[in-house]
Amino acid sequence: MSILINKETKVICQGITGHSGKFHTEHMLEYGTKILAGVTPGKGGTQIFDVPVFDSMKEAIEETGCDTSIIYVPAPFAADAIIEASEGGIKLIICITEGIPTIDMLRVKAYIDTQRSRLIGPNCPGIITPGESKIGIMPGYIHTPGPVGVVSRSGTLTYEAVWQLTQRNVGQSTCIGIGGDPVIGTTFIDTLKLFQEDSDTEAIVMIGEIGGSAEEEAAEFIKCEVTKPVISFIAGLTAPKGRRMGHAGAIIAGGKGTVAEKVSCLRSVGVTVVDSPADIGEAVKKVLG
Amino acid sequence: MKLYESQAREILHKYNINFPKGEAAASVDEAAKIYSQLGTKRSVIKAQVLAGGRGKGGGVKIVETLEEAKAFAAKLIGSRLITAQTGEKGTPVNKVLVAEAIDIKSELYLAISIDRSTSKITIISSTDGGTEIEEVSAKTPHKISKEQINPLLGVLNFQARQIAQNLNLTGSLATKGSSLIKNLFKIFIENDCSLLEINPLVLTPNDEIVVLDIKIDIDDNALFRQKDSLETQEPSDVSSAESMASAAGLSYIGLDGNIGCLVNGAGLAMATMDIIKLYGGSPANFLDVGGDAPVERVTTAFEIIFTDPHVAGVLVNIFGGIMKCDIVAEGIIHAIKKVDIKVPLVVRLEGTNVEIARKMLDDSKLNIIFADSMKDASEKIIKAVNEN
Repeated sequence: MSILINKETKVICQGITGHSGKFHTEHMLEYGTKILAGVTPGKGGTQIFDVPVFDSMKEAIEETGCDTSIIYVPAPFAADAIIEASEGGIKLIICITEGIPTIDMLRVKAYIDTQRSRLIGPNCPGIITPGESKIGIMPGYIHTPGPVGVVSRSGTLTYEAVWQLTQRNVGQSTCIGIGGDPVIGTTFIDTLKLFQEDSDTEAIVMIGEIGGSAEEEAAEFIKCEVTKPVISFIAGLTAPKGRRMGHAGAIIAGGKGTVAEKVSCLRSVGVTVVDSPADIGEAVKKVLG
Repeated sequence: MKLYESQAREILHKYNINFPKGEAAASVDEAAKIYSQLGTKRSVIKAQVLAGGRGKGGGVKIVETLEEAKAFAAKLIGSRLITAQTGEKGTPVNKVLVAEAIDIKSELYLAISIDRSTSKITIISSTDGGTEIEEVSAKTPHKISKEQINPLLGVLNFQARQIAQNLNLTGSLATKGSSLIKNLFKIFIENDCSLLEINPLVLTPNDEIVVLDIKIDIDDNALFRQKDSLETQEPSDVSSAESMASAAGLSYIGLDGNIGCLVNGAGLAMATMDIIKLYGGSPANFLDVGGDAPVERVTTAFEIIFTDPHVAGVLVNIFGGIMKCDIVAEGIIHAIKKVDIKVPLVVRLEGTNVEIARKMLDDSKLNIIFADSMKDASEKIIKAVNEN
């Protein structure tokens, strides 16, 4: 009933002793996520919430056999942490960190594409399979298990969409925030492919925003490969041109990457695009019947 | 962060790249001094602003005499330059660049940027320099070549040769061109550029390759390790509210409307502006208070919103993840006491620690209109602002 993670997923938290790492580890454990180890160089041998802390990913993986990691490491060191995870054999790396230099991410992306690891993020809220595992910073209680896959470039706007679904008794199979940076690991297309293949996902919510052409590329993919209904909202209709709207990737550059362009591409391939972010829940409910 | 042309030239200088001699001046006297020192009669005076389209906007002129140089510098310094990119208010000119005028045989275009759809670095080249590349791309797309560079490998020799060939550089110029391309790529990586654009790159009658105009954007995420650029950055035309916001670690962009927005998360902040517009209101700003905001930052956010005198109401829309709702509540209570908010305030909170937050706001007995959804919140704030 999910993609990428379930209740068996065993997780290492990179940066577990930091402020955010600690706070969210507690919430993830509460949700039932199997966090078996933490890593902070220099803090090996200690424990946080009964989770053993190691100095390196190599040790943590050897001791616990985890194949998934979540990263809260500060931006200057985050690229290193991603590669350390991949080198150690981690299959799914979820990077929450915001503010990683783009040049670092270009290198990470070029490297990781040659490895067997999948990266989600950076600058994202993470991933959750409701009722099973939460690997991220989203509030757990807003989610409920069910048939809708959710993928988004935003964090809090994803919570908004999920909350609308849950309030209407529409559950989610898995929710993924792919991140708001110009260079990210897992893309809309990668996620759409996984949701299309997942027998328990019946409909897909895709939340985009201004900047880049990820939504246009997703539209092309949906046209050829996705048979499940897709419901979408694109944020930034009122965003001025040429200004970076918080996310490093949310910018209308040279007149490209506008809401109008994206919405028209998505509608032309049969995606239900709502104009109001408050209408996402209703639109999904209507599509599911 | 955009660099001024004069700052970008300092970087070129460090990498031994050919560009016209000259310096930036903040006064007419300085401009006159630089003109005289150059000793070349024909010089060019260029307004140092961050916006493009300076030439067409009247911010660039070739001068032949000292008097002409002084007159044009006097006209520019302290004025506001209006270009296609600045909007009608224009942008202030604090400095001008006084540089030698170069004899031009041909004008080329060369740029390095990040290709988001392939996650690679792209080198864009065209033999049609001197005009806006968007124009070339629209009218004669076959005149633009793009070379994808693997960020782990850098520019390989064959790629540099290919780009030089695309620019019609042959013989010894091909060698010069290739090495220039590799050097520019080095600048791009070492300085964490997100854009490096040379337009035009000129070929002189003596077969020299000269960078006549350069635009460099530095990745904001990398400023922590690009201290040099930070130190040389001068106050620009960014509004004081925006610089106040960035100093406080939040992102704020002023707009024309009257409903102030305080939101966490860029996507939700944009969606909040969108829904206000959709329901017939008009947002006064984009404001993302950030992930893990302390109480002080929430208070500062309110102060920044109220630097705009048009704000007739504020909508707070927080969906807590990293951000804990009780912190926002504390910030709101603190801000109302400190800022003395006289306009309607609609608050919608959801997420981490929301119960504690609601109780805090209830107990505070402050004049807050509560909303339980985005739709509810936008309808309430628009109604409150219209009635007020």
